[in-house]
Amino acid sequence: MINIDALNHVQGKSIYMDDREELKGTLYAVPFDFPVAHARLHQIVTDEAQNCPGIVKVLTAADIPGENQIGGIIPDEPLFAEHEVHFWGQVGGLVIGTSEHACRLARKKIRANYDPLPAVTDPRVAKSKDMLISPPRTFRCGDTAQAWSSCDHIITGRADSNGQEHLYIETQGAYAWIKEDGSVYVASSTQGPTAVQKTIAKVLGLPMHKVEIDTVRLGGGFGGKEDQATPWAVMAALAAKVTGRPVKLALHRMDDMRMTGKRHPYSTDFRIGLSKDLKILAYEATFFQNAGAAADLSPAILERTLFHCTNAYYIPNVSATAWSCKTNLPPNTAFRGFGGPQGKFAIECAIATAARVIGVKPHEIQSANLVKDGDTFPYGQIIKNAEARHSWETCTSGFGLDEVIHEVDAFNRSNFRFKKGYAVQPICFGISFTNTMMNHARALVHVYQDGSVVVSTAAVEMGQGVNTKLLQIASDIFGVDPSRVRIESTNTLRIANTSPTAASAGADLNGKALTLACEAITARFKDLLREELGWTDVIFRHGKATDRVSKNFIMWEELVLKAFQKRISLSEHAHYYTPEIFFDKTKEKGHPFAYHVYGTAIVEVTLDCLKGTYEFDRVRIVHDFGNSMNHDVDLGQVEGGLVQGIGWMTMEEIVYNDDGKLLSNALSTYKVPDIYSVPKVIEVKHLETSGPDLAIRKSKAVGEPPLMYGLGAYFALRHAVLAFNPEAEISFDAPYTPEKIFRDLYKKPVT
Amino acid sequence: MPGTRFILNNNLEETGIHPSTTLLDYIRYEANLKGTKIGCREGDCGACTVLIGEPGDNGVRYISATSCLTPLANAAGRHVVTVEGLELSGMNKVQSAMVENSGTQCGFCTPGFVVSLCGFAIQATKIDGPEDVIGSVDGNICRCTGYKSIERACHDIWNSLQHKDTHKPLEWLAENGFIPPYFLKIPDRLKQIQPQARQENGLPIAGGTDLYVQKHDDIDDIPLHYLKTRPTDPPIIVEGRKVHFSGICTVTDMLENRFLSENIAGWYGFMKLVSSTPIRNIATVGGNLVNASPIGDLTIILLALDATIELTSPSGIRILHLKEFYKGYKTLDKQPDEIISKVSFDLPEGTRFNFEKVCKRTYLDIASVNTAISIQKQGKKIISAHCSAGGIGPVPTYLHATSEFLSGKEVSVRVIREAAEVIESEISPISDVRGSAEYKRDLLKNLFKGHFLSLFPEILTMEELV
Repeated sequence: MINIDALNHVQGKSIYMDDREELKGTLYAVPFDFPVAHARLHQIVTDEAQNCPGIVKVLTAADIPGENQIGGIIPDEPLFAEHEVHFWGQVGGLVIGTSEHACRLARKKIRANYDPLPAVTDPRVAKSKDMLISPPRTFRCGDTAQAWSSCDHIITGRADSNGQEHLYIETQGAYAWIKEDGSVYVASSTQGPTAVQKTIAKVLGLPMHKVEIDTVRLGGGFGGKEDQATPWAVMAALAAKVTGRPVKLALHRMDDMRMTGKRHPYSTDFRIGLSKDLKILAYEATFFQNAGAAADLSPAILERTLFHCTNAYYIPNVSATAWSCKTNLPPNTAFRGFGGPQGKFAIECAIATAARVIGVKPHEIQSANLVKDGDTFPYGQIIKNAEARHSWETCTSGFGLDEVIHEVDAFNRSNFRFKKGYAVQPICFGISFTNTMMNHARALVHVYQDGSVVVSTAAVEMGQGVNTKLLQIASDIFGVDPSRVRIESTNTLRIANTSPTAASAGADLNGKALTLACEAITARFKDLLREELGWTDVIFRHGKATDRVSKNFIMWEELVLKAFQKRISLSEHAHYYTPEIFFDKTKEKGHPFAYHVYGTAIVEVTLDCLKGTYEFDRVRIVHDFGNSMNHDVDLGQVEGGLVQGIGWMTMEEIVYNDDGKLLSNALSTYKVPDIYSVPKVIEVKHLETSGPDLAIRKSKAVGEPPLMYGLGAYFALRHAVLAFNPEAEISFDAPYTPEKIFRDLYKKPVT
Repeated sequence: MPGTRFILNNNLEETGIHPSTTLLDYIRYEANLKGTKIGCREGDCGACTVLIGEPGDNGVRYISATSCLTPLANAAGRHVVTVEGLELSGMNKVQSAMVENSGTQCGFCTPGFVVSLCGFAIQATKIDGPEDVIGSVDGNICRCTGYKSIERACHDIWNSLQHKDTHKPLEWLAENGFIPPYFLKIPDRLKQIQPQARQENGLPIAGGTDLYVQKHDDIDDIPLHYLKTRPTDPPIIVEGRKVHFSGICTVTDMLENRFLSENIAGWYGFMKLVSSTPIRNIATVGGNLVNASPIGDLTIILLALDATIELTSPSGIRILHLKEFYKGYKTLDKQPDEIISKVSFDLPEGTRFNFEKVCKRTYLDIASVNTAISIQKQGKKIISAHCSAGGIGPVPTYLHATSEFLSGKEVSVRVIREAAEVIESEISPISDVRGSAEYKRDLLKNLFKGHFLSLFPEILTMEELV
């Protein structure tokens, strides 16, 4: 089934936050910040801005009626800077006026008195100064100290991966107005309506029931609107409250890039030990996460780095420690993969280093260590239904890895200027929020008297197709045509206390809740049919309820009306929580994931060694979808995730200067893949697997895992670089931009 | 100030809104058409793409353009088409190809893609291949799909254009569900709209692709002299072997020029490296030269073609060599009232030309380093050479010493290596977001060698040169 929004999308009729009809008297708001990354703030002078044409009010921390606090996990982040500035781009206040243009001009008249303080941008420096967001975490299994003595090869190294700008094409924003009793309505472009609601309540000093958040859809999220959509909605709500008028805030792209956090850069030290037959016996890693100036979601992201630090490999002795380091950068945040990709990057660097030292190919080590049923992950979860080997074999034999190797070697022998490289990239990604308490959802279903159906859940549509999957579920259970079902906006009045749409879990959690709600209604209908007509085996198909015993049927509309007349509820609000999962943080052990998603990719690249530029020839993937409930939607997630992962590993380079100023601050300086830079061929094969019961309709979560196939791009490039310059001592420093490639191509061997 | 008159979709618009207002803001906030999206406001994402139909001798020619960088004044007398203006009772062919191939996910970039692709369909000729359909969305960024589904849609669109009647294109497109029938009446309706006269003093603005990025907030307060509102001379005139560009000749005019394609091997590919289709459609050669960006692609190309520029002002006409034009960072040998009216160069028979550019992303990106060369040769002997480079100093640089060194030399590994050392003596790169100074220096030397690998493949190999 094609995405249900597609028709409106191609006609330009889909409504995003900024497209909502504006109420009369709407004002516009533009946040202001300071050109400094760290400073003691004495005074903000707003008079001149206040007097500019069209300006209604300039807000600062002093105008906040409740708490000046927006921190989610840890209350360490003010809405507006007060006393101190912690990063370049931190908002100091808000200019409100009759047009965005007037606000932008007035913003230039804001003055601030502050004393600059030293800025720290490097997580290792922050760690050395004890600047930490939270205490370090360590995941352990076996005993690495003992294990080293039985290793034939022990290799150490360092891996650095940079951040990544989300670059949702729709920037952050919200539109707020005050209702009759002083309660506030906010249209927010957020993945987490409840977080927005809760934070507005806190900052405005309102009970949560006086704050309504409504989200129709996002123009892209990718994690960037999980926690970081909140401040803009709070500001719009605050401005509406102070002025009494509707206020819209839609960030200008350069403000968005400067003011919001990104994927976390990580710097990692690793040590890996292998036996003669390439079994990884021990792995130690120390992760330095660059959290930025406030916690945001960093502690949770740090945790997932540890969960995925061994990727798809079974390693009996592991000790991995992660430090969340506080720096003077914008608070880094969720981004597709949520720390997992950074953890996997480090182990792949360790394997690549080991392969080079030992003189084997990296995929020989990868293949020798894939997880299998009965193995235990370092966090204690015992592996069931492992598809690592299955996907590896299907990929490498189905796509002919041996031929790839042969072709690449032959090409490289006969070419000087151009070199080819390849990499095999297995993935293994756990599905569930690692914070067990977040794994719940609710769905509200109304069947109207005419048989039409409306569904509300906590799921936010941002292009991933969750609404399409929800519609499939409801129309299938009721046996009605999809056109009889509508998926409504995500609204905190209809669905309360939600978890954000994140962790790839949106379809699973909300789909399961929706299933319960629909089945509760059909159960009542079945009772009615048994009592009234004596039907004992009813199915709902093709717009009818049919008794399989008597073959009699009743039209859906007739049944609904009958039930209504019998005073049977046509509505249901159902609650679902993921069973079986738990995690004990005091022991760092448990069973945190409902299931894992597996897959394997082969990535091939051609490098122009004169220029340091490259083109990806082919990426071929065998992906474990379980029993995919929507091939169109799921294929789109794999292709899109892969390309975003390749972008992170290649051209997407975030650059801050030493003062903490973002240099890659626009689309002209921060490059994401365009249509010409994606692999010439992307081929995706479905792995035939049955799919776990905890996945919605046995269709596995698909949002985040494919991004990690993009790691293969880095290692394919590295292979090509080494084909040109075999003796070079090259570091691991993603993204592998043309500049870094060029540096490595012409690096002289260390003598 | 007279109002601006144009046709927006099927409606005649006449507005007194400030002519420097972006077309994007007019469309969204005055015409209340919300299908055109704001993504970046600097022409780098394509979410705001519209079509602009320009009346000409052969009917109306439609180009895609980024409405965020287009002044409302540039719509005058033209037909502006947004996604709403492409609506049929059902989906049009482009829209259904995008839907059927799942070419849309979050949908925010989608109207831009649809508009670009419809623009392609309108202008498509017999010789276009599927790669040209894909090329039409080279200025549209999608963050969700990974583009493969969009590529599949492009192939379907190409297939459905196979029987296009290029003699009566609009009729065929309307009959075959690409465009609504009202397009057929647009050529006549546009004839009723006379372009308005505009003030002749103020900061000259042509396509707006640079000024609207640089002066985003302040543009309303700057008096502007709109160069694209007057009926214009042909953008390119070729006299024998001499080529003349008008100042407002667009990059697309250059890319599509037959003489240049036939006489400069690889010309089309070089031009494709300049920005993206919707920007090339509106960006002008004059704008690129006066912008004085140290890495302006056209500037680097024209320096190596040893172009001259004609500066026109009320007090007369002045002609000078482009290589004399740049005096320092963003400092020009140009009076405020002078406008580049013409850019000219000779292209003697047998000219060998090459352009190299490296950036993070091959297309739609600004160079870390770019360089061009033109050579007259006899056998292995270089009669004369003109060499230029960008990104390695405060101005787009004509490499005087290197060009002089090469003249009269026979091409050999030793000569090229020595020339690369000469280059080093006349450049002064700095480290910035586009690369470190060391990288730019070494990269330029390699790209310079790349010129000779391209121009003399029978004599040289990379193995010997690096």
